[in-house]
Amino acid sequence: MAKPAKVLVFRHAAVTRLTHWINVLAVSLLLLSGLQIFNAHPALYWGQKSHFAEPWVSMTAQQKGDETIGVTKIGSLKIETTGLFGYSGKPGMREPRGFPAWATIPSFRDLADGRRWHFFFAWLFVINGIVYWVMSLLNGHARKDLAPTKADLAPRNVWREIVTHAQLRFPKGEEARHYNVLQKGAYLAAAAVLLPLMVGTGLTMSPGFDAAAPWLLDLFGGRQSARTIHFITASLVVAFIVVHLVMVLVSGVWNNIRSMITGRYAIEAAGGDQ
Amino acid sequence: MTSTNRRGWLKVAGASLGGLWLAACDKFATDPKTLKVLARAEDLTRHAQRLVVDRKALAREYAPADISPDFKANGTLNPSDEDYVAHVAAGFANYRLVVDGLVEKPLSLSLAELRAQPSRTQITRHDCVEGWSSIGKWTGARLGPLLDKAGLKKNARYIVFHCADTLEQTLDGSGQYYESIDLIDAYHPQTILAYDMNDHPLPIPHGAPVRLRVERQLGYKHAKYVMRVEAVEGLSHLGRGEGGFWEDRGYEWYAGI
Repeated sequence: MAKPAKVLVFRHAAVTRLTHWINVLAVSLLLLSGLQIFNAHPALYWGQKSHFAEPWVSMTAQQKGDETIGVTKIGSLKIETTGLFGYSGKPGMREPRGFPAWATIPSFRDLADGRRWHFFFAWLFVINGIVYWVMSLLNGHARKDLAPTKADLAPRNVWREIVTHAQLRFPKGEEARHYNVLQKGAYLAAAAVLLPLMVGTGLTMSPGFDAAAPWLLDLFGGRQSARTIHFITASLVVAFIVVHLVMVLVSGVWNNIRSMITGRYAIEAAGGDQ
Repeated sequence: MTSTNRRGWLKVAGASLGGLWLAACDKFATDPKTLKVLARAEDLTRHAQRLVVDRKALAREYAPADISPDFKANGTLNPSDEDYVAHVAAGFANYRLVVDGLVEKPLSLSLAELRAQPSRTQITRHDCVEGWSSIGKWTGARLGPLLDKAGLKKNARYIVFHCADTLEQTLDGSGQYYESIDLIDAYHPQTILAYDMNDHPLPIPHGAPVRLRVERQLGYKHAKYVMRVEAVEGLSHLGRGEGGFWEDRGYEWYAGI
């Protein structure tokens, strides 16, 4: 059986590739500096204000007999998370802190520096996002590559994609020229919903911006709700990244990485022996 | 090597490599030159917010039912500075709020005189830089009319608030709390020198007898235990030159975000 012939197709425009990698940098640093900021008050609330005695989520150090343990509270659920959340560090040098040292910039507690990193890369992230969306609307990326077609959305097609993805069987040949419906859904959810939501909830936490756009407070249900949604959305962004990386790994890692660097993606040519 | 030994060795190696990596990151993350570059974003934020936020746009005001029963007090909770302790002992009977610096007629007001000035009451949200919020009701003298009464000189550009509390013990006195705002915020209708909190005289943990309320900025700008209001042309001669106690320790001077 002859090997199917591979052809390189042009998959990603330069602006898509460039904004993708700038986004990788910005989002990574935003996540790490964001956890530094979270650690300054490792608790989340709903509404306009904090109810200090009843946080919705908290990560605290507590005494259990002679030892100190880390406790993570989510709603009415309490989990012991010593070494990870609430109380972590090298044995013998453990300290009360929300997220552990390896997850924050800088590793030690320094809110002022964390904020500088966060707001610098927030600007980069926002400008990059605007460039991405303006260009994607102008060059047809949004319409041609991201918007699902009627055929994409047919329940049978969606179900088929879910089944084949679960079996780690990915589209080949002509089918691989375009994003499938799960890819479109995931990329649209990230680029059109999650990332803009990060900006919206982030701005709602700004007392200055609230004066200009008080409707943001109503939209998200208050500043503390906005902070909580900011955290939940960031968690969803992390979930997206994990799934994205796994899919990149299992669906041809070098082909995927090359396509995001040079723009060229290898597919099996039509008429190739399958 | 036994397998436990090897595992132990691997663990140590892993931990040291991880430690080295973190140390390298920290060195870069907290390098003064790096931070100076990152701090440029602060100017961008200030300019962008000044552009989109009308200078008179009000911070949201809340209903009495929204007032926090557990309003958190942060920073200095009970100043141990000698002068302040004496004021507390006298029930602030000898307290004088001084307004001076680049003004035509310096003022020295007792609490009763301050209470007789044009005032404003507002229920607003206090947003701490740490991330939490509390809502409180504040009554105080509006700063704008007070500055007009003293008559700002033409070269006055900032208003500095000198406080009674030492938040950090230092040899050079730079641990004394102070804050500064520009004239846009000084003349904002919600900027007041508050003497009442939730209809009672301001309690000591919240800055008795007078604290600044500069809504639209984070909590550390709201200087407590205010003794003196000074109009200045620049900020470099104060503290360590950054315009406030926390600004001298790496926080943004413009705390609108």
